[in-house]
Amino acid sequence: MSGFFSALLSALDPLCGPVGLFSLFGSGNLVACGEAGWGDEIAFGVKVTITLAIATLPVGLVIGFLIALAAQSEDKLLRLAAGIYTTIFRGLPELLTLFIVYYGMQILIQAVLASFGYEGRVEINAFFAGMAALAVVFSSYSSEVLLSAFRAIPRGQYEAGDSLGLHRSRTMVLVILPQLIRIALPGLTNLWLILLKDTSYVSVIGLADILRQTGIAARVSKEAFFFYGIACLLYLILAMISSFGLGFIERWARRSEGRR
Amino acid sequence: MTYVRELIPPRAPPALAVRSLAPARVAGIGVLLLWAALAIALVFMMINGWDQDKFQRYGPRYLHGLWTTISLVGLSVILGAILSAPIAFARMARNKVLNGIAYAYVYVFRSTPLLAQLFLIYYGLGSFRPELEAVGLWWFFREAWYCGLFSLTLNTAAYQAEILRGAIESVPRGQHEGAAALGLSKRNAFRKVILPQALIVALRPYGNEIVLLIKGSAVVAIVTVYDLMGETRYAFSRTFDYQTYLWAAIFYLAIVEALRHLWAFIEARLTRHLKR
Repeated sequence: MSGFFSALLSALDPLCGPVGLFSLFGSGNLVACGEAGWGDEIAFGVKVTITLAIATLPVGLVIGFLIALAAQSEDKLLRLAAGIYTTIFRGLPELLTLFIVYYGMQILIQAVLASFGYEGRVEINAFFAGMAALAVVFSSYSSEVLLSAFRAIPRGQYEAGDSLGLHRSRTMVLVILPQLIRIALPGLTNLWLILLKDTSYVSVIGLADILRQTGIAARVSKEAFFFYGIACLLYLILAMISSFGLGFIERWARRSEGRR
Repeated sequence: MTYVRELIPPRAPPALAVRSLAPARVAGIGVLLLWAALAIALVFMMINGWDQDKFQRYGPRYLHGLWTTISLVGLSVILGAILSAPIAFARMARNKVLNGIAYAYVYVFRSTPLLAQLFLIYYGLGSFRPELEAVGLWWFFREAWYCGLFSLTLNTAAYQAEILRGAIESVPRGQHEGAAALGLSKRNAFRKVILPQALIVALRPYGNEIVLLIKGSAVVAIVTVYDLMGETRYAFSRTFDYQTYLWAAIFYLAIVEALRHLWAFIEARLTRHLKR
């Protein structure tokens, strides 16, 4: 049974499968899959890029939501704390944030371990560091989107929740969140596309994403234009697929509003 | 007939519900303490790790990198603005071919990473050396700085074209009709009526785009341009001192915050006739 599923999956593989993108070029060329070409390496890069973006999204959204809650709280100190967070991480270049997180975490963990008496070199996972850095950047942007969505929800909605006897958290989940998602969805769509592009930065700290794999291929085969062109094309395809999918989700979210 | 004989004497207001420590306040104080601890740790680290020798060696390099970043971004914003005008007009044109080309340009440059575009231009076009030498363009594509400028310009032109188009299309139709009714020629109507209103709408997105470009310009460090990020990477590779990145962070934050405040001031100044 599992053999059947894996066969099905490999048949539907969009890059290296029988009807995959790279197989269309035929075998025996630079992007052929397997030993002959770079197709399967690049396909692995595509997987890494998609995994990284999808793994970052929920973390960034949750942190962003908490920051947005803090930024619209009645407490001055909490608003200030949230303001500092967004100011710092919206002002720093993504690349610099990535380096700071990557090396900073290494130093931090090393210091903590040294205090326990461990004196080895620590290398943290590039995937994890990339995910943390991208989540931080994504959360500071998404908090702005969510904050403006929060402001678009009238106060009466909270009061209605109170008058129905709902608890604060129930009001949030049942009344506010469904409206919030609908209002924030276009902004979050943009942020997702930006996140997808920002994943390319992790190639700099050595994660085998699309850009790194095509870069290796370009260096080895001396066909730089061809391989970087393929990298751009792959990002373009990913953006197209996601804008198609997100358009679908947006229509689904607006299904109660009737046809216009 | 009844009437009030005695006024009700004033009473003290109900006692305020005193909640000295709401959860929000606790969280706020906690996070602020965390920030303060981080800031103190950073300052401590900088004082502790202060090295006059390093400062003298890398300080001027940082300033040079800062200047490289600023000139790179400034030039590419201006060149991108020039390039974006024809793209924006092509995008608004009725001609389907022209429209399609402009749309494809904007779509491609907005949905691929700047890093990939930069690699495509620097390494990709760089591999066509004989052809470029034949055309006499090799001096341009040989230099990482020119390639960085070129890719930043192409990238920002796509974004700026969209900003410009959105702003021009946001001017209501009545303004066109009003100008036509006054007998202004199309050209004059555009210059004197449409464009001023459009540019006010475009002001804020332009500011955001410049900030994004400053942040994006850090990628040119990867193709060996010594901008602020490049100098930082150079200093780090020599000293393995984590502070190098913190200094870069301070510089970038200072630029972006200064620009943001400057832009807010300009916007407030230019839109003062719209305030009531």
